[in-house]
Amino acid sequence: MKKIVCFVLAAAMALSLAACGNGSEGNASGGDTIKVGIIANTSGDSSQYGIAVSQGAKLYIKQLNEEGGINGKQIEVVEYDDKGATADAVNAYERMKSDGVTAVIGAVLTNTTLAVADKTYEDNMPQVTASATAASVTVLDPTDPSSDIRTNVFRACFIDPFQGEKMAEYAQKLGATKCAVLYDSGNDYAKGVGDAFAAKCEELGIECTIEGYATGDKDFKAQLTNIKASGAEYIMCPNYLEDVGLIVTQARQQGITAGFLGGDGWSGVSAYASAEDLEGSYFCSGYALGSNAEFEEAYAAEYGEAPKQMFEALGYDAALLMCNAIKSAEEQGLEAGSDEYKQAVIDAMKATNGLEGVTGTFSFDDQNNPIKSASILQIQGGEEVFVENF
Amino acid sequence: MSLISQIISQLVNGLQSGSIYALVALGYSMVYGIILLLNFAHGDIIMIGAYVVFYAMTSFSLPPLVAVLLAVIACTLLGALIEKVAYTPLRSAPRLSLLITAIGVSFLLENGAQLVFGAGAKNVPSFIDGGVQIGDVYLSYVSVVTILVSVASMVVLTFLVQKTKLGKAMRAVSEDMGAAQLMGISLNRTISFTFAVGSALAGIGSVLYICAYGQASPTMGSMLGLKAFVAAVLGGIGSIPGAMIGGFVIGLLEALVTAVGLSTWKDGVVFAVLIVVLLVKPTGILGRQITEKV
Repeated sequence: MKKIVCFVLAAAMALSLAACGNGSEGNASGGDTIKVGIIANTSGDSSQYGIAVSQGAKLYIKQLNEEGGINGKQIEVVEYDDKGATADAVNAYERMKSDGVTAVIGAVLTNTTLAVADKTYEDNMPQVTASATAASVTVLDPTDPSSDIRTNVFRACFIDPFQGEKMAEYAQKLGATKCAVLYDSGNDYAKGVGDAFAAKCEELGIECTIEGYATGDKDFKAQLTNIKASGAEYIMCPNYLEDVGLIVTQARQQGITAGFLGGDGWSGVSAYASAEDLEGSYFCSGYALGSNAEFEEAYAAEYGEAPKQMFEALGYDAALLMCNAIKSAEEQGLEAGSDEYKQAVIDAMKATNGLEGVTGTFSFDDQNNPIKSASILQIQGGEEVFVENF
Repeated sequence: MSLISQIISQLVNGLQSGSIYALVALGYSMVYGIILLLNFAHGDIIMIGAYVVFYAMTSFSLPPLVAVLLAVIACTLLGALIEKVAYTPLRSAPRLSLLITAIGVSFLLENGAQLVFGAGAKNVPSFIDGGVQIGDVYLSYVSVVTILVSVASMVVLTFLVQKTKLGKAMRAVSEDMGAAQLMGISLNRTISFTFAVGSALAGIGSVLYICAYGQASPTMGSMLGLKAFVAAVLGGIGSIPGAMIGGFVIGLLEALVTAVGLSTWKDGVVFAVLIVVLLVKPTGILGRQITEKV
């Protein structure tokens, strides 16, 4: 009996070794395809994001291949599902590395992206995530201003403070001289966006009053009275929707006519306050549905349904960024998969300047976060209407 | 906006939220006064009332006044039902069992509401719009109505307790349950009536809450109930004017603490004041001194 078990185990081992061997044979990278990996959670709890990003990215690559690919070579997609789990994401990366990919698009969620980024950083593998917003994805220690950055990791979405800065600039464009922020002091997202808004306002010479509240508060009349007394023309309210609804309703009850501004969490706000109270409020988003008909029609033609949110467009742009960087490495005549090739892709990505994507025009800052336009939307008659890319 | 008008606005803010606390505190106080039970489910009865307003106005498009009446009736019936099902069988049990049952009922209502209505908040269309501008101060009709309704409720309640036969029975039961029964007062009827009145007040409170905040959510009753409980204790639990005073004190405190920029410390200050008052005057502001016979 023991012998049989031994034999079976040995056989299994031999087979698995053989499988490994097959995998690394595919490493021959000098052929006429360029292998690009996609790691996304296309199954599991939050798979709606993973599927959206993956389909968006594959749409771009398909279009590129139809136009002749890069340097006469077709892009070959190697895609693995990480199920939203960090261990699976690392396995997916290791597997596609042995498949011979030269760049990675993914992952989709913040925790899986961080797990993959730890590995790609060791290998200096070019990586771009469409959707992970945590600062630590591109910076090793966000609390330390002199921290090393992950030079090889980029993202297509903007990070939270960036929205606050954008909205402050937009308030200036709207002609504001006095603004106010009202946020949940116990919420990192709200505080991150709100503080960045206030700092940018100060920089732009706009007076800004900051009012906070504790998580779970329902009564904001006292803060709103202070804001009213400050004479603010616009009130930035980057909170969760239930709070936004309460704040806007109570502000109008107090006779406050100032306009409201919000961040990307505002999508769907019309369910939480009346259309009249919200009328004319502005908020920003990574992508406004309806702002790029060409992309949305192509997506619908490919997958049989229109994009539902910003993630399809961000996936498309992540693939665009990566392929654009690969193009310049190809032009230098380097061998796909080599260390010089990867470094060339990273350098080209970093040097991205004014690349037109679906969600905006891309460049990167010194922490590999995109400097791009945000979509500004306005509430008109209870509907979210795309105004402009700003 | 001058400093004076800003202060007046903040006082109005405080009186408005204070009125809601006061109404809820009245319900706590009445029930405690008669069977010495802290009815922790009281806040959640308000939550049910708020959902009744929501569904009446949105799903059935009933006029606001009908929705208000329905909410008060639903709360009254629910309060009486809870008393019959959960508290009456435990009347002779130790008081701790009653207290724990009350907490259980509270959780049942909160989680049941999440199951039935969903965990997200529901937006209720506002039905009192507008306001008047007096100098620099903008007075919304909602705050005026809220303050007036709660003061009126207190007056009616005082009349009910002091001048009517049922009120007399309530006072008798609260003084000595056994003796009241010997005098021919129906204990069950009186206690049920007290719960019904307290819950009707919760119904009115839920309507005022909806007017002011326009949102119903399954957990809205828990913090509201806790604050109202503090108000009742602060004013002297069992005392009707005490509950009113306690409610207003807490509402004003919250508004003023927030006005000076300490919004995140709001709850801390409220509970700190409670501790101080209890240290100085353990029966609350208007509480009666009860000497326990040994």
